[in-house]
Amino acid sequence: MYTTDLSGKGKAETAAAEDPAMLATFEARVAADEFIEPKDWMPEAYRKTLIRQISQHAHSEIVGMLPEGNWITRAPNLRRKAILLAKVQDEGGHGLYLYCAAETLGVSRDEMTEALLSGKAKYSTIFNYPTLTWADIGAIGWLVDGAAIMNQVPLQRTSYGPYARAMVRICKEESFHQRQGYEIMMHLAAGTEAQKRMAQDALNRWWWPSLMMFGPPDDKSPNTEQSLRWRIKRDTNDELRQKFVDITVPQAEAIGLTVPDPALKWNEERGAYDFGDVDWEEFYAVVRGEGAVAKERMQARQKAWEDGAWVREAARVHAEKKAVGNRQLAVGAR
Amino acid sequence: MVSALPPLADYAARLGDDSLVLGQRLGEWCGHAPAIEVDLSLSNVALDLIGQATHFLGLAGAIEGAGRDADKLAFHRDVMDFSNCLLVEQPNGDFAQTIARQFLFSHYQALLFEQMAQVKDERFAAIAAKALKEVNYHATLASDWVVRLGDGTDESKARMIAGLDWMWRFTDELFAMDDVDAAAIAAGAGVDKAALRADWDARVDAVLAEATLARPAARRAIVGGRVGRHSEHLGHLLSEMQFLQRAYPGASW
Repeated sequence: MYTTDLSGKGKAETAAAEDPAMLATFEARVAADEFIEPKDWMPEAYRKTLIRQISQHAHSEIVGMLPEGNWITRAPNLRRKAILLAKVQDEGGHGLYLYCAAETLGVSRDEMTEALLSGKAKYSTIFNYPTLTWADIGAIGWLVDGAAIMNQVPLQRTSYGPYARAMVRICKEESFHQRQGYEIMMHLAAGTEAQKRMAQDALNRWWWPSLMMFGPPDDKSPNTEQSLRWRIKRDTNDELRQKFVDITVPQAEAIGLTVPDPALKWNEERGAYDFGDVDWEEFYAVVRGEGAVAKERMQARQKAWEDGAWVREAARVHAEKKAVGNRQLAVGAR
Repeated sequence: MVSALPPLADYAARLGDDSLVLGQRLGEWCGHAPAIEVDLSLSNVALDLIGQATHFLGLAGAIEGAGRDADKLAFHRDVMDFSNCLLVEQPNGDFAQTIARQFLFSHYQALLFEQMAQVKDERFAAIAAKALKEVNYHATLASDWVVRLGDGTDESKARMIAGLDWMWRFTDELFAMDDVDAAAIAAGAGVDKAALRADWDARVDAVLAEATLARPAARRAIVGGRVGRHSEHLGHLLSEMQFLQRAYPGASW
């Protein structure tokens, strides 16, 4: 659901220490749009960048289950409840494939989980905002999944094979999520006054955080250049943000909702919308873990992990008992 | 209070309410389960149950013929008109308690739907036949966890025993028969639930044995769900589930 690198300024990985001949071959393959596979040689910095990006993406899917999961028990009718359950389940599935994709780079799921729970690893800033009304479920599908698609469609051609292939399936599902979110908003916007108010309020609250999902502006994005060269990324943050605004504004207008940006204006010359400045101070605060419900999100993940420890342990011990039993059976059968 | 629905509609509503209330309970786990795979499997079961509820409550409304659809029944009845069994409304508790509830209920539901898939009334038979495939998977999933937890660590065994102990008093109600059941059988839609008991005992006992767990001791049954006499838990479940429909009367979603 989120793929922008959130590592701090100045921490950009470099490939300085690698064997120049190996590096040259690698870079030529990437430049020729070949996929890099787990068994292939790759620069250490490429591997690290990918682990960070894919695991951040996986964590975002898992933490992202919480704001929407918050409304499963309160969904307004049976159809919406079933759709939301299926959607949140998809997000969990995405987390699972992405952890698997990251594991091909030599990191375990437990290590990644540990990094998330200790606060060392980041996840998308968007999930540190609360879901207050049912319209937020519509806004998340429409805007958040819409922004995610914008980020992820190019990643189907990312240079690392397992990540690219995971993205093909994820994009298909995200596209359904985006449509169901927009359909919720469309329904609310055509509903009672109270429902319209709910829809507009959700757009007001989710618009700017959605624009932040593309990450810092290009001149402040330390890893963009290297990632573009290695085709881990295929477009810059600002290019994707502009594309999102251009596609989303007419969708808002079509259902009679107002994008909460007084500076928003069609620019005939550029063939694109001009829009106001994102509050980057807020973005960096949320990245630092100061988002409105950041503590609740981390607490929920930590609680699930700690409360589930005895279950995972029981499953492990039981599997061992079975394995021993099977070995004994095999010996007895000889 | 006796349900306001006519007997055959009430029979369908009982089936729908069982699935709805259990689906609602499982939905509470979403995002909070012990592992991602478990989260996905519980959501999957919840999704199946919400689907069953939609079909059975839709059928209840159609039989009643008063213009109530599945949503109207799900979101606009109070506790005394809900007719699910007490077992499904029990709180999730820890994972072992959730599994105990699922295990006891899914084996019952599997046996019930095996029979219902054969009844003369095609509406009931069709829903049961479709749901049976899902429910067999639920029963297998829950049984596997009963075995893992029962024959896992000392802690997991103690928790599994406690979970079964919490749920056991509500199991007799699953097989209790009354006038609504008799009317449904007479109409070619119902199943003799009392006759399922022996097979249920055998299935449950086999899993408990593999899990190295003793069958919980027989105890005085707690009943009442079928006629709207519920535990205190159901009112809270409904107030959460029905919130939007109640807060915005007449709105469409």
